[in-house]
Amino acid sequence: MEYIIIIITAVFVNNVVLSQFLGICPFLGVSKKISTAFGMSLALVLVMGLATLVTYLIQNYVLINTWFGEKMDITFMQTIVFILVIAALVQMVEIILKKINPTLYQALGIFLPLITTNCAVLGAALIVVTKQFSFGAEPHMLNLAESVVYSMSLAVGFGVAIILFAGMREQMELSNVPKSLKGTPIALITAGLLALAFMGFQGIV
Amino acid sequence: MSKFKYLIEGIVKNNPTFVLVLGMCPTLATTTSAMNGMGMGAATMAVLICSNMVISLLAPIIPDKVRIPCYIVVIAAFVTVVQFVMQAFTPALYETLGIFIPLIVVNCIVLGRAEAFANKHSVLESALDGIGIGIGFTIALTCIGLVREVLGNLSVFDHKFASSDGMLVFVLAPGAFLVLGYLMVIFNKIKGKKNA
Repeated sequence: MEYIIIIITAVFVNNVVLSQFLGICPFLGVSKKISTAFGMSLALVLVMGLATLVTYLIQNYVLINTWFGEKMDITFMQTIVFILVIAALVQMVEIILKKINPTLYQALGIFLPLITTNCAVLGAALIVVTKQFSFGAEPHMLNLAESVVYSMSLAVGFGVAIILFAGMREQMELSNVPKSLKGTPIALITAGLLALAFMGFQGIV
Repeated sequence: MSKFKYLIEGIVKNNPTFVLVLGMCPTLATTTSAMNGMGMGAATMAVLICSNMVISLLAPIIPDKVRIPCYIVVIAAFVTVVQFVMQAFTPALYETLGIFIPLIVVNCIVLGRAEAFANKHSVLESALDGIGIGIGFTIALTCIGLVREVLGNLSVFDHKFASSDGMLVFVLAPGAFLVLGYLMVIFNKIKGKKNA
């Protein structure tokens, strides 16, 4: 039951793009066609799940641990360590995917380098290790399984938002937009209206 | 004088928010008030100036193939420093900006300037570029923050000018997209007139 609440919260209520403002760059950048938007979100689900798994373990078993007989808390190194690990991980996923599943690599390959600088990945990794969540129970730090489910659901939320948005933009290509609104401004205003719609989910959990 | 143009270019011609459309996440997320926008802009500017200078110094000795990870390490180090400084001197602002301070690492403006400018220019030029782009970013963030604050909370720099509530939606998520969208329209309109 708790996992269902986590998934609904992450996908709709705390939608990563429309209410937490993470991953806006790919949201605006690769949303011109539904098919690319779909590929991007699929790659993101994979990478965010893996990245959270690895960074969670690093946070709890490397940064906070007993080293040389002394209890150490070097969480101030979080930012540097996480971004390097994520960058290396994305590179590794790319290489492995190329080897074991060339068709999937064809579909997702071009999106993987972009994902390193997607703030949703680092953002989710930082959120799950620093914030307390309640999800119907007492406020608590998430455990490993909950963290991975939460951040993969965030990526699914990204997918829902970007696919809806890409559909709207495909339609917008055909309509007559005033000159100064063309391009990014009209996209932002559309995203604003979409965010307004997503506000309706607030308070359902 | 010729060096001075790097500073000016960053503010108007290469404005990171309105022209280059980079670093959208902090732009939208932290501009709930003019003060927050300014704080975020200043933090990014500090990181940008330092990383630009260090990267322009290191560029000749960094092998071309591993340059991006090297830049990221330099940027991440300065972000950690800024994080400490803000935690010590402006704890309230640090709390409000929250996760978006560590996320300066993945702000495309910082890495973008390192890759597009700092690694082929001198230290002084890179510093000036950092200051210019930083000021451009800060001005943009403060403007967006100001508009959202005036409409959403009826206040200017946290001073309320009317006792009633504003249109709350402008402080919430959708308002960020709408305000930035319409400010961009105004910016395009002015720029279009100048060019014509």
